[in-house]
Amino acid sequence: MARLRTRKHKVVLSRSAGGDVGITILLTLLGIFMVLPMVYVISQSLKPLDELWMYPPRFLVSQPTLNNFKDLFVLMNDSWVPFSRYIFNTLLTSIAGTFGHLFLASMAAYALAKIKFPGGKTIFKTIRTSLMFHSTVTAVTSFIIMSALHMIDTYWAIIVPAWGYTLGLYLMKQFMDSAVPDTVLESARLDGASELRTYWTIAMPMVKPAWLTLIIYSFQNLWNAGASIYIYSEQFKSFNYAIGQITAGGIKRQGASAAATVLMMAVPILVFIITQSNIIETMGSSGMKD
Amino acid sequence: MAKKSAEYQAVARKDLTYRQWIWKEMKRNWAAYLMILPYVLIFTTFTVVPVLLSIVISFTDFNMLQMPNPVGLENYINLFFADDVFLTACTNTLIFAVIVGPVSYLMSFLVAWFINELSPRIRSIVTLIFYAPAISGQVYTIWGVLFDADSTGWVNATLLELGLISEPKTWFQDADWVMPLCIVVALWTSLGTSFLSFIAGLQGVDRSLYEAGAVDGVKNRWQELWYITLPSMKPQLMFGAIMAITSSFGFGGVVTALAGFPSVDYAAHTIMHHLEDYGGQRYEIGYSSTIAVVLFAIMIGANMVVKKVISKVGS
Repeated sequence: MARLRTRKHKVVLSRSAGGDVGITILLTLLGIFMVLPMVYVISQSLKPLDELWMYPPRFLVSQPTLNNFKDLFVLMNDSWVPFSRYIFNTLLTSIAGTFGHLFLASMAAYALAKIKFPGGKTIFKTIRTSLMFHSTVTAVTSFIIMSALHMIDTYWAIIVPAWGYTLGLYLMKQFMDSAVPDTVLESARLDGASELRTYWTIAMPMVKPAWLTLIIYSFQNLWNAGASIYIYSEQFKSFNYAIGQITAGGIKRQGASAAATVLMMAVPILVFIITQSNIIETMGSSGMKD
Repeated sequence: MAKKSAEYQAVARKDLTYRQWIWKEMKRNWAAYLMILPYVLIFTTFTVVPVLLSIVISFTDFNMLQMPNPVGLENYINLFFADDVFLTACTNTLIFAVIVGPVSYLMSFLVAWFINELSPRIRSIVTLIFYAPAISGQVYTIWGVLFDADSTGWVNATLLELGLISEPKTWFQDADWVMPLCIVVALWTSLGTSFLSFIAGLQGVDRSLYEAGAVDGVKNRWQELWYITLPSMKPQLMFGAIMAITSSFGFGGVVTALAGFPSVDYAAHTIMHHLEDYGGQRYEIGYSSTIAVVLFAIMIGANMVVKKVISKVGS
C-alpha cells in the first residue's frame, strides 16, 4: 500500500522531490518565455527616444517616460476622422453585440438545456459541430449573404453575427445543464410560470458566472476586432484598426506603437483579472460528453 | 409520482403513430421553439448557410460579376493537380497544425496540471501570466520588433554581441526562419480557452478518487495522472482538443501580421492565406470555396482522429 501524507488539508500521494524540482524548473522556464515579450512591449512603451535608438539596444527601459503615450494622443488628434468616432464605433459594436448575444444565446441555451423537445438535440449538436470551424473560412460566403441582406458597410455587419457566436451558447448550455436543478424549474412550472418567465427569473440568476463569461468572451472578440472585410467607410471602422493605422507608420513610430499596444491589451487583461474566478467556474462544465 | 407520469406518457405514446406523437410534443413545447428561434435564425444565416453555400459554389466558376456556371469537379482537379502553391500551403498548414495543435494542447494541460496544487492566489497569478498573450489582441506584433531584420533589433544585436552571428539575420523575411518563428509565436498565443477549461477540469476531479487510487496501488504522480486524473476529465480533454484544432488551423492572421502577405517565397503560406488570396483579392469565389471545403474536410478529419485517441485515454 502506498504511503499517504497530508498537505494543506488534503490527502495526496507521496511526491518525489525530484519531480517537484523538475516541474518547478520547467514551469519557470515556460513562464519566462510567456512573460518576456510582455515585459518588452511595456518597456518599449516607456522608453525615451534616445533609448529606442540606442545601439546596442537594451531590453529594459532605464529612464521611463510617458512621452510615447503623449505622442500617441497627438497622432490621434491628427487623424482624418476624429478619433472619438473610432472609440464610439468600437464601444457601440462591443456593447450592442455583447448584450444581444447574452440575451439570445442564454435564452436558446435555456431551451436546449432544460426543455425536452423534438429536434433540440440535433440543433445543439449542429451548433457544437460548428465550434470546429474558424469563421475566416466562411468569410467570403458570409460576405455574399451580408450583401444580399444589405448589411455591408453598416454597424449591423459587426453586431448581428456577434449575436450568433457559438462558443458562448455552448458554454451557457453546458453550465445550465449542471447548475440549474430540474426540480426547481419543475415547481415553478407547476405554479403556472411560463417558460420565458422561468428562464428569466429562476434560471438566469443561477448562472451568473456563465453570463459573465459570455460577456467577457464576446467583449474581447469585439474589442480586439481589427479591420473587417465587411466595412469600408472610414467612419465605421474600429478603434483597433485606427490604432493599427497610426502605428503602421514605420519605425519612426516604434514608441507610439508600443504605447498603443499596451493601451489595447490593458483592457482585456484588467477585465480578466476581475472576472477570473467566474470564468474558471464556467469552464468547469465546458466538457464534451460524447 | 414521476414514474407514474412516465408510464402514462408511454401508454399515451402507444396510442399514437410516431408522427402524431412528434407533432403533439412539438405543439406542447411551442415555447421552446420560440426561445431558440432568434438565435437559430442568426446561427443559420451566418454559419450554416455560408458553409452550405461554399459547398455549392465550389462546383461553379463564380466570380462575383457574372452568373455562375457549373463546372463540376474542375476546381477540385485544378486545386490538387495544377496548383503548386496550394500544395505548399497544404504542407505548411499541416506542419503548423501538427506542431502547434498538439504542443499547445500538451502545454496547456501540463501548465494547468503543474499549477493545480498551488495555493489559489498563486494559481490565479500564474494563470494570468500564461493566458495574457492569448487575449491581448495584437500584442504578438512585438515579436516582429524583437526579431527586427536590422542590427538594431534586440535579438540580432544580442547575437552579434555574443559573436554567434556575423551579420544581422532577416528573421521574418528569411525563408528558413519564418516558419519556425511563426510557430513559436503561435505557441506563445495558444494558451487560451482550452487552458482555462483544463484548469477548471482539474479542480473538479473528485479528491476521494486519489485516496482510493492510493489504496489500490497507484504509486506516483504519473500513474495518478494516467489512471485517475485524465479519465475523470475526458470531457474537458475533448473540448480542449476541438478548441486547439480550430485555432491551429486558423491562425493565418499571426503570419500575415509578422511575415507579410504573401510571406517570403510562400515559406509560411497556409491554406487560410490561399483562401484569402483567391476569395478576397482575386475574386475567384468558386475556386476559393473549393479551398474552404477542403479545409472543412481536413478539420472534420482531424477532429475524428482526436476523438478516437482521447477515447483511449486511461485504458
